[in-house]
Amino acid sequence: MNTIFGIPTPALYGQVLIGLINGSFYAMLSLGLAVIFGLLRVINFAHGAQYMLGAFAAYLLLNWLGINYWVALVLAPLVVGAVAVVIERTMLSRLYGVDHLYGLLLTFGLALIFEGAFRHWFGAAGQPYAAPSQLTGGVNLGFMFLPIYRGWVVVASLVVCIGTWLLIEKTRLGAYLRAATENATLVQAFGVNVPLLLTLTYGLGAALAAFAGVLAAPIYQVSPLMGSNLIIIVFAVVVVGGMGSILGAIVTGYVLGVLEGLTKVFYPEASSIVIFVIMAIVLLVRPAGLFGREE
Amino acid sequence: MSSAPLLEVRGLNAWYGESHVLHGVDLDIREGETVTLLGRNGAGKTTTLRAIMGILRRREGVIRLCGKDLLSLPLHKVAQTGIGYVPEERGIFASLSVSENLILPPTVSDSGMSVEEIYKLFPNLHERRSSQGTKLSGGEQQMLAIARVLRTGAKIILLDEPTEGLAPVIVQRIGDVLMALKERGMTILLVEQNFRFARKVADRFYLMEDGRMVNSFPGHELDARMDELHEVLGV
Repeated sequence: MNTIFGIPTPALYGQVLIGLINGSFYAMLSLGLAVIFGLLRVINFAHGAQYMLGAFAAYLLLNWLGINYWVALVLAPLVVGAVAVVIERTMLSRLYGVDHLYGLLLTFGLALIFEGAFRHWFGAAGQPYAAPSQLTGGVNLGFMFLPIYRGWVVVASLVVCIGTWLLIEKTRLGAYLRAATENATLVQAFGVNVPLLLTLTYGLGAALAAFAGVLAAPIYQVSPLMGSNLIIIVFAVVVVGGMGSILGAIVTGYVLGVLEGLTKVFYPEASSIVIFVIMAIVLLVRPAGLFGREE
Repeated sequence: MSSAPLLEVRGLNAWYGESHVLHGVDLDIREGETVTLLGRNGAGKTTTLRAIMGILRRREGVIRLCGKDLLSLPLHKVAQTGIGYVPEERGIFASLSVSENLILPPTVSDSGMSVEEIYKLFPNLHERRSSQGTKLSGGEQQMLAIARVLRTGAKIILLDEPTEGLAPVIVQRIGDVLMALKERGMTILLVEQNFRFARKVADRFYLMEDGRMVNSFPGHELDARMDELHEVLGV
């Protein structure tokens, strides 16, 4: 059997794939967090709960209404995005004038309420959610066996991340968003409806989290705490990439996911802390993050 | 003084937090006029512009453009009534290219200049249209800040110290641009410390002191009033 540094290659490729899958979720979630933080200056602690809500939306759509995975992939982000829009309009928007800490506390409180409510209704155990029949099974790539659903997750997350990046970097709406991130008052004085832009941005960030949640449902099962397990790592990814940097969040998400996978192969004991060690080093050497601008 | 003013400010009071910074400011600008606010640093010139735009929110009094009340409008509706704003700090966005900066403000009427016309007026901006906005020189950034509001079709532009910190040759260039705008019938409210620059373009002057309008006189009286101005401005 082939080996690299004494590690059998199938095990190595397997962990790289798992790293890529985890990285896909890190990237999609940290992207939403970065967009929200950049414009609203709110550290959205409800992001993990919004990811969980996306997964539950898919689960409930299937079990209550018989709506399949593909429709849920569109519908769940719309529903969760709409909930986020209501939250932004009724609560979060009242906190822009005060210390940013209040936004963090509000979203943290909301996360606890959502997770508590779903644990009350569905219990802490995971609910199974089957992958759609088109994506079951796997293919033999010659050097490794690739489960089709996992390949699909990597492709879908790449498409969503690149699409979001293009939206922000190449469109007029994105130019408003970038400019308002720098100086919201001036952009509004130019006649852009910045309050609406803030609402849409929060909705978009939450919708991205929900999309990730639907993608995750067949892999990790659907449980009320699935988001809170993930969100701490995602915050570390955002810090490493640079607060508010879109490209930084995406690239760092995939890279750290793969690094974490490789650590599992070469030094498993460190695999659960490697991302935080990297975060500590980056904070010491480059406090604005790898892709962040010094302010 | 027969025609109704385009921009009318009456008894404007404004506050930064608890501090009362404008005390009953009156100001009239007729269509096609260029009016310059003079005053020491801290006299309230920039504050007056910010209060008109609605960036400074705590205000009382009357601000009307073409008879339409601006005081009650949310910030993003003010520009849509036809005001273009060129802030003192220029407000060029680092994360936008020159051309993205140029087309950022939404148009408010069809009477604005096209992007082609603007690039003809400012060839430097055309050359550097794909550079990052803040990579331009100070003079080019000022040109861009002015060019940006010309595209929107605003009826009146508020210009806050456009010549500050710029080399004489650039100041001359900005003077030429303002003269060209005057010829097109643009109405301009200018805040300026540079007398020689202001004398060329202004039809009328207002003099501010401690958040109050203390005097107003036509442009041709500037030379005769130099002694009085030196006393108030301390220059």
